[in-house]
Amino acid sequence: MNMKNKNKQSNIYRFFISPSRGDSPFKRMVIHLTLIVACIIAVYPVLRIISVSLRPGDRLLSTSLAIIPKDASLYSYYRIIFEKPFLLWLWNSLAITVTTAFIGLILASTSAYAFSRWKFPGRVPGLFFLLTTQMIPAAMLVVPIYILAVKFQLINSYRGLALAYSVSSIPFSIWILKGYYDTIPRELEEAAKIDGASQMGTFFRIILPLSTPALAIVFLFNFMMAWNDWIMARIMLQRENMFTWPLGIWTLAGQFRVEWGAFTAASILVAIPVMALFLYSSKWLISGLTLGSVKG
Amino acid sequence: MEAINAAVAVNTIKELGSMVLYIIIGIIILEILVYLVLGKIFKSKYTLPYMLMIAAIFGLTTLVIYPISYEVRLAFTNMSLRHFRSYTLSWAQGLKNFGLIFSEPVLKQIRFFPLLFRTLLWTAVNVVFHLAGGLGLAVLLNRQMRGRGFYRTLLVFPWAVPQIIAVLAWKGEFHYEYGFINVMLRNIGMQPIQWMISPFWNFAAACITNIWLGIPFMMIIILGGLQSIPLEFYDAAEIDGASRWQQFRNITLPLIRPVLTPAVVLGIIWTFNNFNVPFMINANELETTDILVTALFRSAFQYQRYGFSAAFAMVIFIVLFIIASVYIRTTHGLKGVYE
Repeated sequence: MNMKNKNKQSNIYRFFISPSRGDSPFKRMVIHLTLIVACIIAVYPVLRIISVSLRPGDRLLSTSLAIIPKDASLYSYYRIIFEKPFLLWLWNSLAITVTTAFIGLILASTSAYAFSRWKFPGRVPGLFFLLTTQMIPAAMLVVPIYILAVKFQLINSYRGLALAYSVSSIPFSIWILKGYYDTIPRELEEAAKIDGASQMGTFFRIILPLSTPALAIVFLFNFMMAWNDWIMARIMLQRENMFTWPLGIWTLAGQFRVEWGAFTAASILVAIPVMALFLYSSKWLISGLTLGSVKG
Repeated sequence: MEAINAAVAVNTIKELGSMVLYIIIGIIILEILVYLVLGKIFKSKYTLPYMLMIAAIFGLTTLVIYPISYEVRLAFTNMSLRHFRSYTLSWAQGLKNFGLIFSEPVLKQIRFFPLLFRTLLWTAVNVVFHLAGGLGLAVLLNRQMRGRGFYRTLLVFPWAVPQIIAVLAWKGEFHYEYGFINVMLRNIGMQPIQWMISPFWNFAAACITNIWLGIPFMMIIILGGLQSIPLEFYDAAEIDGASRWQQFRNITLPLIRPVLTPAVVLGIIWTFNNFNVPFMINANELETTDILVTALFRSAFQYQRYGFSAAFAMVIFIVLFIIASVYIRTTHGLKGVYE
């Protein structure tokens, strides 16, 4: 702490006294210090990405630890936007991701309703199967999908990739949505039926509107899953101008020639909207994660 | 190198649009089929739920069940880049594939059992650190204090960064000359670490990256559990003279178990199946951070041994299945399914 400035020190001191039960100022200070150190560890690697992206082109490799480098320049950003197909990668990712998130959401929302309201034959094995698919590692599924895609000539097309994405998030979505539907009282539907609504009518007019928060969460999950995926895109897309952004960024930081400036600038451009969305929606995301598991 | 141009961009939309159109037509056909077969011929009272599910069932069948069964078949062939079309399918070849997993190195150097051991070690180390870190931070955050929301936001950062970016950035930071850890070590006069050459430190590098990535998830989940515990419990315990540690053991731990158990299971499965971190951090030739799933990917896509890797995938799935059933036995974690 800064000892020179008495006034500042007392401010800092006051910061550590808080109106809660039982903790001594010393203990509070230790807690705050621990949290500050943890925050630095959490944030510093991200700051480093920003710092490298601002370095001028001739000094990308440097042992300096300054966050804002000397002669900071936006040259790397210029390069990534105008000299690399980065915007195209982003566009590809966005188009694929939005399409697949919607398809996945539509298929899952209706199926989850069936799982929630009917005891049809095959329900329990079905739920069990959905749970098992969550265990299958992506690397395992990717081998046969690649060979089948070669046989059906789906390599280097977005169709195969988009189909794979839409389906792969369905099991998880069904679990979350089923858990949510289960909490909606059946009396609501029965009342609507007495008023003459059909089963599907109640689904569209009562259940779906009531489930908007859960639907939003599932959409966000599907979106994030496809948006951040590397492995499936890696085997399906081989032409550089068809890449999604994770593939593109990976080639920039690739194994042979690392273009640090381009890589870090691209990372920042992708990460800022994603992180803003994530931090903004993190409360719902988390309630969504526990929704399915804490017994629907 | 071409920048974004309208023709290519429009192409993406055209391709995806036509796909959506096909999907809609396909779903309509499926719905009519189910309606006619179940509803009109069998007069089943479950026609509607099956109509609701048929699209998802069809999708999961073609893109999960069919590929997996194809993979089982693949395990009994010698398919590779050389024998892509002209492969042989026989029981003998299948036995040979499964034998090779245990008798020869799975990649170039590493054999199956060391790899399995490393995967289990990787899972254990990561989950333990995630739990310890997440629990510690959650307990610290679970009190009234200034700057709580601020700390929470900053601490969630590693989870919010897209994983592939975080991993590739960390890989850069393990550079011997320019990575910040080595620069700091040098500044305080210590020996820099050979992150990419020493097998031990390479593995440690992967663990550091993944621990950094995974703590926020545990922290948030546990924090949610902690906040649901009424403060009166602690007041009552204090009146009875319970120490802080006793309060933690006898109130906190049992009450956060319902959130902790699923989080730990998810953590174990995610870590066991984690691909990005070990694959990207790996010093490829040394095979020092390969775990089962990355070895599987590389045997298929780097060495093009498709038949062998299919057999390898079967073995990995059996390992996963054993782990999962041990878990289900000990915790009765599937009770909820049968409700």
